[in-house]
Amino acid sequence: MPPSTPVSRSGSWRRHSAVLLLLPGLLLALVACSKPGASSSEPITLLNVSYDPTRELYDDFNAAFVKHWEATQGTKLSIKQSHGGSGKQARSVIDGLEADVATLALAYDMDMLHEKGGLIPKDWQSRLPNNSSPYTSTIVFVVHKGNPRGLRDWEDLVQPGVGVITPNPKTSGGARWNYLAAWGYALRKSGGDEAKAREFVASLYRNVPVLDSGARGATTTFAERGIGDVMIAWENEALLLTEEVGKDKFEIIIPSESILAEPPVTVVDKNADRRGTRAAAEAYLQYLYSEEGQTIAAKHHYRPSVQAFSAKFASHFPPVKLFTLHEVFGGWKKAQQTHFDDKGVFDQIYTPMAQ
Amino acid sequence: MAQRARRRILPGFGLSLGLSWFYLGLLVLLPLSGLFLKTFTLTWEHFWETVASPRAVAAYQLTFGASLVAALANAVFGLLVAWVLVRYRFPGKSLVDALVDLPFALPTAVAGLTLTSLYARNGWFGQYLEAAGIQVAYSWLGIVVALTFIGLPFVVRTVQPVLEDIDADVEEAAATLGATPWQTFAKVIFPSILPALLSGFTLALARAIGEYGSVVFISGNMPMRTEIVPLLIVTKLEQYDYAGATAIAVVMLTASFALLLAINLLQRWTQRRFEVRPG
Repeated sequence: MPPSTPVSRSGSWRRHSAVLLLLPGLLLALVACSKPGASSSEPITLLNVSYDPTRELYDDFNAAFVKHWEATQGTKLSIKQSHGGSGKQARSVIDGLEADVATLALAYDMDMLHEKGGLIPKDWQSRLPNNSSPYTSTIVFVVHKGNPRGLRDWEDLVQPGVGVITPNPKTSGGARWNYLAAWGYALRKSGGDEAKAREFVASLYRNVPVLDSGARGATTTFAERGIGDVMIAWENEALLLTEEVGKDKFEIIIPSESILAEPPVTVVDKNADRRGTRAAAEAYLQYLYSEEGQTIAAKHHYRPSVQAFSAKFASHFPPVKLFTLHEVFGGWKKAQQTHFDDKGVFDQIYTPMAQ
Repeated sequence: MAQRARRRILPGFGLSLGLSWFYLGLLVLLPLSGLFLKTFTLTWEHFWETVASPRAVAAYQLTFGASLVAALANAVFGLLVAWVLVRYRFPGKSLVDALVDLPFALPTAVAGLTLTSLYARNGWFGQYLEAAGIQVAYSWLGIVVALTFIGLPFVVRTVQPVLEDIDADVEEAAATLGATPWQTFAKVIFPSILPALLSGFTLALARAIGEYGSVVFISGNMPMRTEIVPLLIVTKLEQYDYAGATAIAVVMLTASFALLLAINLLQRWTQRRFEVRPG
């Protein structure tokens, strides 16, 4: 090999730097290739970004809808689903996950799709019936079989020595409903006395030995680890536990009053329009309100929101006196700001001075 | 310049350095600078209020404290494991050797769930520990247990090869010169493995500071008491408070970097101090 001269060295350097410059280009080309084409001959794919406990529900529903779509439209359709904590899922969509529809645990996360992502219009919730919630749920108690502590209502949960399991409402969207149910109960009981409601909720959370970051974690803590006397949970999770997972070990207690939990659904307009999937996405969500959609929801322990079908499954879901989030809190935005934002009521419960 | 280039056996310094910079830039510097840029959206007062709130301070103390304890435990017991693996032969040795890496392979959430089920009140260990008045799961101790578990391989894997390189005749020479076994360890063996031990300690510490998946299951996540910094960051994100989350992340990152840098300097110093200069 001849001794390297400056010329040949700089030549090789130029060649190398060309490779370096090419690399990002290659990466970009790869990314570009992997983007789905919008041509109409290809089968349509929908991505439904949802929250954790709906996995089995949408497994069933997607199969049913694909069958329905292919029978009525004659075109191929495939549906992908993604599950995770509601807030995390909303952030993924805001950050660019190309969801055609979002089916989350609370309207606040949907509002953020509008506010932070500009992906859906402000009035998204009025586009579908029943506040865009095809199925609803409520907040109930799960106790050990035979209810050894004799817990009947919210008041019993704040008694000293009762261990209450509920996830952290700051990390779990679903658990915000638990908190709001307790607050709403106390507020209505005391005739609208905010200070009394605050004291009630504070003593409730003083009885919480473990704040799991999500609902399934709380279920594990309660059911598997044997921590706590009562778990506050969504009715669908409670039914899943008492009827399927932990038969004969747990039972459900319905409190005298609870909140109507409305997990909403929406088409993510910006993604659906860009990908040309709007028609399928809208049909998909509308089908949730059909007889088949409502039956599948009921089978997975969600209360059908369409009147005709909620009557049909009434035996499965005991009547509960329900208040809505809007009645008590004036909407998610207010509830979030007052209770869950930094230095909100929930944080105050846990600051040393309040204890 | 040209001379130095000729002395190198393998060509391609320019290319490999360029690629290294590109790789590090893409994977480390780019995301981190994004992180720092995001915090600039906060005013100074807001930034300070976020990072110096009592809850954040409690979380820093917990995260750095528990990580230090866990890394120290790993330094002691990791050294022991490495010693046993290098110096002794026993049945099942290769099995033990393989076991050491398991915490790397296991998804951290699984580790967290497993440890919690062992140490919870109704778990195998937990029932006896709680009877003795020691609460591990859902307490500070549980966090240390999880962090020790995930950091175990680092010390073992950094010390092991160095120990293997120390020939037994070094110890024999020390013995013939009249050193007691303790002197042999303290003055001959320990100095030569100290740099490796320190880097293992550092890696375990860094890993523990950033750990989230396993800890959230065992810690109980109570604000002010068992809430780690990564959880606090997730909490902020859950409120769509991106800037607040990055502010705390920046504080943690800066503190970690300072800590790692200090340990690296210490490691250099020990290396120089104990280096045996060839005659």
